[in-house]
Amino acid sequence: MKKVYRRPKSLKRAAFHYCPGCGHSIVHRLLTEVFDEMNIQDKVIGIPPPGCSVFAYHYLDVDMAESAHGRGAAVATGLKRAYPDALVFTYQGDGDLAAIGTAETIHAANRGECITSIFINNAVYGMTGGQMAPTTLSNMKTTTTPYGRDTRLEGYPVRMSEMVALVKGAAYIERTAVNSPANIKRTKKAIRKAFQTQIDDLGYSMVEILSPCPTNWKMSPLESWQWVENEMTKEFPLGLIKDTTRTKDITGKRDAD
Amino acid sequence: MAKILMYGNAAIGEAAIRAGCQCYFGYPITPQNELTEYMATNLSRRKGCSFVQAESEVSAINMVYGASLAGVRAMTSSSSPGISLKQEGISYLAACELPAVIVNISRGGPGLGSISAAQSDYFQSTRGGGHGDYRTIVLAPSSVQELADLTHRAFDLADKYRIPVIILGDGMLGQMMEPVEFKYDAPSELPVRSDALRGAKGRPSRIVKTFTSKPTDLEELNWSLFRRYRLIEKEETTYEIYMVEDAELVVVAFGVAARIAKGAIRNARANGLKVGMFRPITLWPFPYEKVSELTQMTKHFLVFEMNMGQMIEDVKLAVEGKREISFYGRPGGVIPTPSEILRVITRLYYQKGLKIEK
Ligand SMILES: Cc1ncc(C[n+]2csc(CCOP(=O)(O)OP(=O)(O)O)c2C)c(N)n1
Ligand code: SF4
Repeated sequence: MKKVYRRPKSLKRAAFHYCPGCGHSIVHRLLTEVFDEMNIQDKVIGIPPPGCSVFAYHYLDVDMAESAHGRGAAVATGLKRAYPDALVFTYQGDGDLAAIGTAETIHAANRGECITSIFINNAVYGMTGGQMAPTTLSNMKTTTTPYGRDTRLEGYPVRMSEMVALVKGAAYIERTAVNSPANIKRTKKAIRKAFQTQIDDLGYSMVEILSPCPTNWKMSPLESWQWVENEMTKEFPLGLIKDTTRTKDITGKRDAD
Repeated sequence: MAKILMYGNAAIGEAAIRAGCQCYFGYPITPQNELTEYMATNLSRRKGCSFVQAESEVSAINMVYGASLAGVRAMTSSSSPGISLKQEGISYLAACELPAVIVNISRGGPGLGSISAAQSDYFQSTRGGGHGDYRTIVLAPSSVQELADLTHRAFDLADKYRIPVIILGDGMLGQMMEPVEFKYDAPSELPVRSDALRGAKGRPSRIVKTFTSKPTDLEELNWSLFRRYRLIEKEETTYEIYMVEDAELVVVAFGVAARIAKGAIRNARANGLKVGMFRPITLWPFPYEKVSELTQMTKHFLVFEMNMGQMIEDVKLAVEGKREISFYGRPGGVIPTPSEILRVITRLYYQKGLKIEK
């Protein structure tokens, strides 16, 4: 019998605390598959944030260190500068990376720090109970935009990937989603490419992942997958945003598709 | 090694490099810029070393946190308003039991204040500073030589106790030029802590964190921190005493204030007033025991600070009401002169009817 599914070596034997249908669980799985396939488990150091994924270190079987809210890119910078042989990644929510941590993110990217940011965009602050995030869609209801996000009062959804892509030190930026098997596959490819960019010492890499939060969106997991497809991708179009790496992906094609 | 003439800020940089500091992260602020610039010139291109001018003090201290995770000696420096921004990171360093050296070449506050020397960050430095129940070791030099010596000691203490160490200087110390001798050469190999986070090669993966959903875990962390703090109090408290043996009046001062006071005390002695000085070198741990001992030898204390009375609270805790304590402070970045302090000492001496040497 052919084994088609097994637990990645880099994924600990622990039950996820994430809500059913949460995108974090899928991304964790993808990350650990990439670690295994690239054989980098013993080189990787992860910086998880305050946010729903604060306990990511209970699941990812690699060295990990907590960062203060939003400071992941600065912590990763210090680590990588002190020990350039490490493969350092931050794992950050949209509140973490695109609100409180905007400065750290932009400047780490601008310096071309050879680190990787896994950026989970779920359009809300998950851990603190579903408040507005910088990425909350226009008119979207959250606990702090109970009448819907009014862009005249609350500003517009922030397209962080496009912003970061403007700085020269950013080498590879792609936006993906985990709301369908095809998108999940693309996300994995993008994560792999981001780590390859770091291994090749080419600069800053980021994968923005549109990720369902059924709990705070008050939807079923299925509805949340559809909502990513029908609503989120309008504001946050999927695809490659920037690639200056000139590297080929594993299939030999230029760029991740 | 021969003595060389150096600015205080540069002496810190040189001492740090000789202590094996591998990473420096900073953000410009007067009056400490010469230190950042010294590191840009002398550390940034050294083999294996790294210098980053960060986008903010918040980032700089978090880079220190990252470098400390990787097990290397790392430092940052700033002045008062920037140190306020570093407090979040210092709290995390303390919680994660990570060594780091943080230099505060302090200036007048509150707010943007002024760029001239002041001692108004005593509370901030010695009471933790950021959120949570923690302490940092605080070293208070009073000369350029001591800036260099204490910088080296700061790195050793930080590693020994896995704790952030603050060097509390001020604009006057940082900007003045004095002869200094460096007692150590830079190590041929940069030190790396054995518990460095460098990827799980040949060992199980490791986690550095403080957040926990179990209050009892947090309680245990705090207990363990405080057990170590008790040990530091026992082992590492340092101070200087000057002419206290027969003193009727003891002036208590730290940093440059102590230096100014010393000049005044010399003149007071020449006038027959039996005055001595007590200078804490570690502000935390504060030398409570030694001050308490002094209550048996002296009649009166004068606390002199370049603030409105912060260290005096520790002196009061040490004296426990056994002796009267007077206070003289100059806040706001104005540097008092030795003759001004001599006037204060002389007036107090006669007011209190203390014995004059015949
Ligand atoms: C300085 C600071 N401010 C606020 C918080 C509270 N806090 C924890 S997580 C979080 C945001 C979580 O949202 P996001 O980054 O989008 O991640 P998610 O939980 O959605 O995965 C906030 C505001 C904190 N931990 N620290
Ligand atoms: S609240 Fe949202 S982001 Fe957090 S675990 Fe639940 S579904 Fe995931």
